[in-house]
Amino acid sequence: MNTKDLKKLGGGRESDRLAEVAASAVAAAAAEHGLLDVALGAFESPVGELLLAVTPRGLAYVAFEEEERDELLKRFSRLLSPRILEHAASTDEVRRQLDEYFAGERTSFELKLDRRLIRGIARDVLAATARVPFGRTTTYGALAERIGRPRASRAVGNALGSNPIPIVVPCHRVLRTGGDVGGYAGGPSRKRRLLTLEGSLPAARPR
Amino acid sequence: MELPPFSEFLEEHRGTVYRFLMAAVGPHEADDCFQDTFVAALRAYPRLTDASRLDRWILRIASRKAIDHHRAAGRRAIPSDELPERPAVPNGQPEFDGDLRAAVSSLPPKQRVAVVHRHVLDRSYADVAEALGISEEAARANVYHGVKKLRELMA
Repeated sequence: MNTKDLKKLGGGRESDRLAEVAASAVAAAAAEHGLLDVALGAFESPVGELLLAVTPRGLAYVAFEEEERDELLKRFSRLLSPRILEHAASTDEVRRQLDEYFAGERTSFELKLDRRLIRGIARDVLAATARVPFGRTTTYGALAERIGRPRASRAVGNALGSNPIPIVVPCHRVLRTGGDVGGYAGGPSRKRRLLTLEGSLPAARPR
Repeated sequence: MELPPFSEFLEEHRGTVYRFLMAAVGPHEADDCFQDTFVAALRAYPRLTDASRLDRWILRIASRKAIDHHRAAGRRAIPSDELPERPAVPNGQPEFDGDLRAAVSSLPPKQRVAVVHRHVLDRSYADVAEALGISEEAARANVYHGVKKLRELMA
């Protein structure tokens, strides 16, 4: 026997394939043992693929597809927990409600939210934003007034831009005074798309 | 050094761990040991203070699982005079692999794990020692005696 023969017992490329399958089962075992602190799941939506991050406290993050995944995961690791795995089943309830929302069957979300990624003034701004109902809009100025900082509409804009839970916390319902849709972390065209879906903008917009 | 997200860590090391277990406990038990290894790792993960050489850390856990597994299997086994049963050959590999696998699984657990680290994963004796929590001389001795026994069995 040559010791080189032993190498074959490792299974070679076949082990890579089996390892991938086995690795995908780790998340379910982790969830069962209560060791999954951040579960990731994807959702195909009319505004592109969304990445959802759900913790035992609730929905913590909704990412649009342009967001750099590695950077996001590093941020979750630092600010939430490094126990992060893909586990679509943990995001099922969020996906179900998003499905209903995009199908026009749901006008408000009933989800627990994990607000740990919301810092500073954004806490107040996004709490006020969450109270703007489906089909209605407000303005940066009005929101600034509502949180008792009437001269802080720029800070309000920044806070909305940093919203970690877009769509569910409806920062797309906050517009510039005068009717311009204003900025959006996911880009103005997504904002228009969401506003159209909610009937706040006409379906065919003249340009 | 910052601890990577567990998903990244799993992706990076899953192949090596699987190869190790495939050789150390065989194809029928590799999946169970793999789950046990990574669930144990996940449990301890946030408390890790040193994010360097995570490969050594996960292989130390896998080694422990492979040895524990062998002990548990030993308790379950029905005593027999026969040689260890040849595992079913899944996709028509030559007979030789089955014989070699049976020979490896007949080694005492420490020798077996030491031989796998050294000759399947090509790790240094220092790494073998670290994985098993033994001295480097003891690691060399385990590999040496393991290989010697395999040569006898395969002669």
